[in-house]
Amino acid sequence: MNAIDAAQFRNNLARRKRLGAIFAAICLAATVIGLVVLVVLIVSVFQKSQGWLDWQFLTSFPSRKPEKAGLLSPLFGSIWLVIMTGIISFPIGVAAAIYLEEYAPQNRLTNLIQANIANLAGVPSIVYGLLGLGIFVRTFGLGRSLLAGALTMSLLILPTIIIASREAIRAVPPSLRHASLALGGTRWQTVSRTVLPMAFPGILTGTILGLSRAIGETAPLITIGALTYIAFLPDGPTSAFTVLPIQIFNWTSRPQAEFGNLAAAGIVVLLVVLLSTNAVAIILRDRLQKRF
Amino acid sequence: MDTLSTTTNKGKLAVEQHPALTGTVWRRASEGAIGAVLFVCAAVSILTTVGIIGVLLFETIEFLREVPITDFLFGLKWAPLFAPPSFGVLPLVAGTTIVSLIAMFISLPVGLLAAIYLSEYARRDTRRALKPLLEILAGVPTVVYGYFALTFVTPLLRQWFPDMQVFNALSAGIVMGVMIIPLVSSLSEDAMNAVPNALREAAYGLGATKLEVTLRTVVPAALSGIVAASILAVSRAIGETMIVLIAAGQSTTAQFNPLKAMETMTAYIARVSLGDNPQQSIEFKTIFAVGMLLFVMTFILNLISQRVLAKYRQVYQ
Repeated sequence: MNAIDAAQFRNNLARRKRLGAIFAAICLAATVIGLVVLVVLIVSVFQKSQGWLDWQFLTSFPSRKPEKAGLLSPLFGSIWLVIMTGIISFPIGVAAAIYLEEYAPQNRLTNLIQANIANLAGVPSIVYGLLGLGIFVRTFGLGRSLLAGALTMSLLILPTIIIASREAIRAVPPSLRHASLALGGTRWQTVSRTVLPMAFPGILTGTILGLSRAIGETAPLITIGALTYIAFLPDGPTSAFTVLPIQIFNWTSRPQAEFGNLAAAGIVVLLVVLLSTNAVAIILRDRLQKRF
Repeated sequence: MDTLSTTTNKGKLAVEQHPALTGTVWRRASEGAIGAVLFVCAAVSILTTVGIIGVLLFETIEFLREVPITDFLFGLKWAPLFAPPSFGVLPLVAGTTIVSLIAMFISLPVGLLAAIYLSEYARRDTRRALKPLLEILAGVPTVVYGYFALTFVTPLLRQWFPDMQVFNALSAGIVMGVMIIPLVSSLSEDAMNAVPNALREAAYGLGATKLEVTLRTVVPAALSGIVAASILAVSRAIGETMIVLIAAGQSTTAQFNPLKAMETMTAYIARVSLGDNPQQSIEFKTIFAVGMLLFVMTFILNLISQRVLAKYRQVYQ
């Protein structure tokens, strides 16, 4: 290599390295930009909720007068809905996961079920709303009730719960199963006393993630008709209801600025609820997790 | 799984050889029943799909009895309540396409660059701190994003575009793009993490810089995963409802100016559901026909995404 070439190479190398540094900076900026938006979003919502988020807001029913309006009934509606959704979706989701991981034979039906669950996870939530409207509200005659909402939400989050539970079950070492079987345990005894306790933290995390999605979802509930003015607390599964995101949407779609502030206050409550459920999920997982 | 079933078979043999063992009949029966119950729970997912297709198909056929399918698919005006009514779905498809394109314009480059940073550049603890923070973006309810688009992004953009309408496709698309960033970044990062270090080391050995290793070795090797993630992102954008319902407005004819109001398929379904429509009305049936189209579009995209992953994935030792 003669001197000119070497000089040229050094020049080139410096340029290539500069380019690399610029690219690294751009990549970092891209990573941070989403977080910046998140911070801006939270700050702007908090600012708008100033002066509106108080005890009266949490303990009053929705009202046509913004200064008197609160989100007591949406708050209770959300709590009812998430508990009922959990009761329906948790056992079915975990059972489906157990079947696919521990029981299912290797055949076409099993493959079909697996591919089907993957596809269901990608179906838009509003399509689940149409399903709920067609089946639960009309065919089953449940009307615009909590039960219809909870059933719709359960179908929506089942793929999440099944996929997370399967991963948790798969992570249980086979040696534990072998030990249980060698002691004379049946398949179900092995699953219920060895595999499930071990997989429980992962299953729980997946379920809570699914349920927090159910807390934040709006579109399917709009489709089944939950958007009504509700000035009473739900008293049972057949009761009419509204939920936090729907009340927020209702306030957002009104032109007066006061309702915009109410929406911001509602969003703060919704985000606090979601943040605390997620925190509970993380804490539970860390507490219960055993390592091998 | 195999070991499990052979063990159980042997167990069964042993039981048959020892009739003195009590409770075996009950045990075997209950084991079978449990297996059946578990299977039924797994079959709920099949029933869900059957239910979705059944409901959508039933109402869509009812709808197509009154409106010819060519009028529906290729009509240029969507005005079910006008006299005479018009049922061309193309304005809704155009609205969906434009908003999704804007969202992809944001989420694909940003998500991919973020994935490159997290996979190739970030130190391990930086990555461990940044990843869950990015995941929060995906966990924010969409109604909150809609509120943000309407009350923050639109006023901000109107400083640059004074003729922008209050309800417009641009704000909705941008915010939707931000929402989808974590989906693109986490799936692309998984794909890049699966590229073995030997490839990177080989490229370094040939004298490549870090940038060249990343762009000419890692990204091409992870391309199938990145493409699959991008297709999934499109599908997610098409199916998103609340952001467009709140921030994008409505329009009966197809138009392509992102500064103006547009209606997407999802927003139309939600808007009609908000009103009180008699169940026999044609407008009520339209939401199922539009829902069917939406379901078919997202289903095809999801399928393509899975196929891309399965077909083009390099399996490294």
